[in-house]
Amino acid sequence: MELTKEEESALKGEHGEAMETAYRILVAIGEATNAEKLVPIKWAHLSGVNYNTIGDAGEEFLSKLSQDARVKVMTTLNPMGFDFDSVSKYNLDKNFIEKQQSIKQSYEKMGVIPSFSCIPYEIFDLPEKGTQVSFAESNAAIYANSVAHLKTNKESAFSALASALTGKTPYSDLRINDSPNLTIKMKIDEPNELAFGMLGYFAGKIADNSVTISGVSEMNKRSCKSLCGGMGTSGRCGKFFLGEGKADAEKIDFGKKEMQNIYDELNTSDHGDIITLGSPQLGLEEMADLSSMLKGRSFSKRCMVFCPRVVQEQARKIGYTNELERAGCEILSDCCTCLTPLVDKNEIDSVTTNSIKGAYYLKSSNGVDVNLKPLSQIIKDETK
Amino acid sequence: MTFKVIVKGKASGKILKTNTPINFLGAVDKKTGIIHDKKHDLVGRSIKDSILVFPYGVGSSVGAYTIYSLKSNKSAPLAMICTKADLSVASGCALANIPMVIATEELEKLENGKEITLDTESDKLIVFRG
Repeated sequence: MELTKEEESALKGEHGEAMETAYRILVAIGEATNAEKLVPIKWAHLSGVNYNTIGDAGEEFLSKLSQDARVKVMTTLNPMGFDFDSVSKYNLDKNFIEKQQSIKQSYEKMGVIPSFSCIPYEIFDLPEKGTQVSFAESNAAIYANSVAHLKTNKESAFSALASALTGKTPYSDLRINDSPNLTIKMKIDEPNELAFGMLGYFAGKIADNSVTISGVSEMNKRSCKSLCGGMGTSGRCGKFFLGEGKADAEKIDFGKKEMQNIYDELNTSDHGDIITLGSPQLGLEEMADLSSMLKGRSFSKRCMVFCPRVVQEQARKIGYTNELERAGCEILSDCCTCLTPLVDKNEIDSVTTNSIKGAYYLKSSNGVDVNLKPLSQIIKDETK
Repeated sequence: MTFKVIVKGKASGKILKTNTPINFLGAVDKKTGIIHDKKHDLVGRSIKDSILVFPYGVGSSVGAYTIYSLKSNKSAPLAMICTKADLSVASGCALANIPMVIATEELEKLENGKEITLDTESDKLIVFRG
C-alpha cells in the first residue's frame, strides 16, 4: 500500500504513539485487503464498548489511548453493558460498573458521541449516497452498505477506531464496486422477521464479501434489521443486494430444510424464563409497532426492551413508552440483548427472543438457553 | 507455499489447525484461550502458545479486542496463519503484535501438531522442525 509522506511519518511515530498505533492497524488491514491507498472517511462507528466483551485489557488500552488521542471525524458508539439509569435495580458487581464507567469516560475524552447504539443508521442523519464511512458494528455495516447506500467494509473494532483517529481507511473490498458471485433464493412463503434473521445467518455462513438475495421484493424495518443482524453474526459478508444477481453466479436455495437446520442450531429450549426484544436495538418505528401490538394486553413474565436513549426519549414524548410500561415491558437504553450482564445465567436458564444475533450470543457468551419465536408469536403466547 | 505478511514477527511452536472459521468473541475464552463454542471442532482445546492455522475470523467486530485481551492475559497464539484476510484478525494481531500471515496455497503441508518456526523477516518464512 502506498502511503503519503505524512502517513509514513505518522507510522514511524513522529506524530505520537496513538497515531503510530492507528497507522499500524490501517497498514495491516490495508495489506490484508490488498489496498493501494488510504482514503478519507466521514463517519466512524465504534464497537468495543461493553466491559463484558473487551475486559480489563480493553479498558486499560482505552484509558491509556484517551490520554492524548482525539477523533478526527464524527464518531458514534455501540451499546455498553447496562443502562446507568437503572443499574442499581440489578445485581451487578461494583467492579463491572466502575470499569464500564471508565470505558465510557475514555471514549468521551476522545471526542466520541456517546450514542451507545447498534443502530446508528436509524438515529443519525445519513450522509449522501456513496459516502465512505467506517462501521464496526456488523449489522450496522451491512445496513449501511445494503440499504443506506454508504460504503464501508465490515470493520473491526480496531480498524474503525484507527479510522476515527486518522479520518482514513484503506481503499479496498466493499469500498470499491463489487458484484456478488453468489445468489441465495428466499423460498419461504410470507417470511416473518425470524425467517429473515435465519436467512441472514445462513447467507453469512456461505457468502464471501457480498451476496445477492432473490425472491424478496420487500421487507419491513424489523425484518431488514433481523437479516442484517443474522448475517453479521455468522460470517464475513458485509453487503447484500436484492434482485436476481449475475447470470453466472452460484445459486443456492434457502427453503424449509435450510431454515430448520439454522433453527435447530440456535433454538435450544421450548420456553424462556424471560423475554428480550432488541438486537439490533428497536427504533422508533418498532417501538410504535410494539405499543400497538400490546394494546390491552400485558406480559405474564419479564420482558426487556432495548432501544437507543434518543428513541426512548422520543417514544416517551409520543406516549409509546407509557403503553409499553403498562404492558410490563422494562425499557433499557445504552445496552442491548447481546452480551449484557443483565441476563445472568445464575438467575435464569432460558430466554425467549426473536433475535438471531441475540440467540447466538445469549448461548455462547451468556450461557443461557434460547427459545426463538417471531414477535407476533411471542405476544400471542406470552401476553394476556 | 505462498504467503502474504500482514503482521511481522518470529515465532516457534506447534501447529493447532482447524478448517472451521473462528468467531473470537463468541467462541474463545479471552482469559484462558480455550475454545468454548460447542459447535466448533476445537471445542475444549486452548489456542494459547500455538501456531494457530485457520481459514479466517467471523462474526463480531469486537473479536479484535478478544485477540488483544488474549495477548494481555498471556493466552494468545504465538502466531496466526489464515487462508483469507479478515479485518478483526488482522487488526487484532497488529495491535497485539502477534505475527500473522495469509497462506494462499499448499496449506495441507501445515499439519496439526507439527513443530514449525515462522519468521517473516527470513527468506524461508516457515521452517519445519523435528
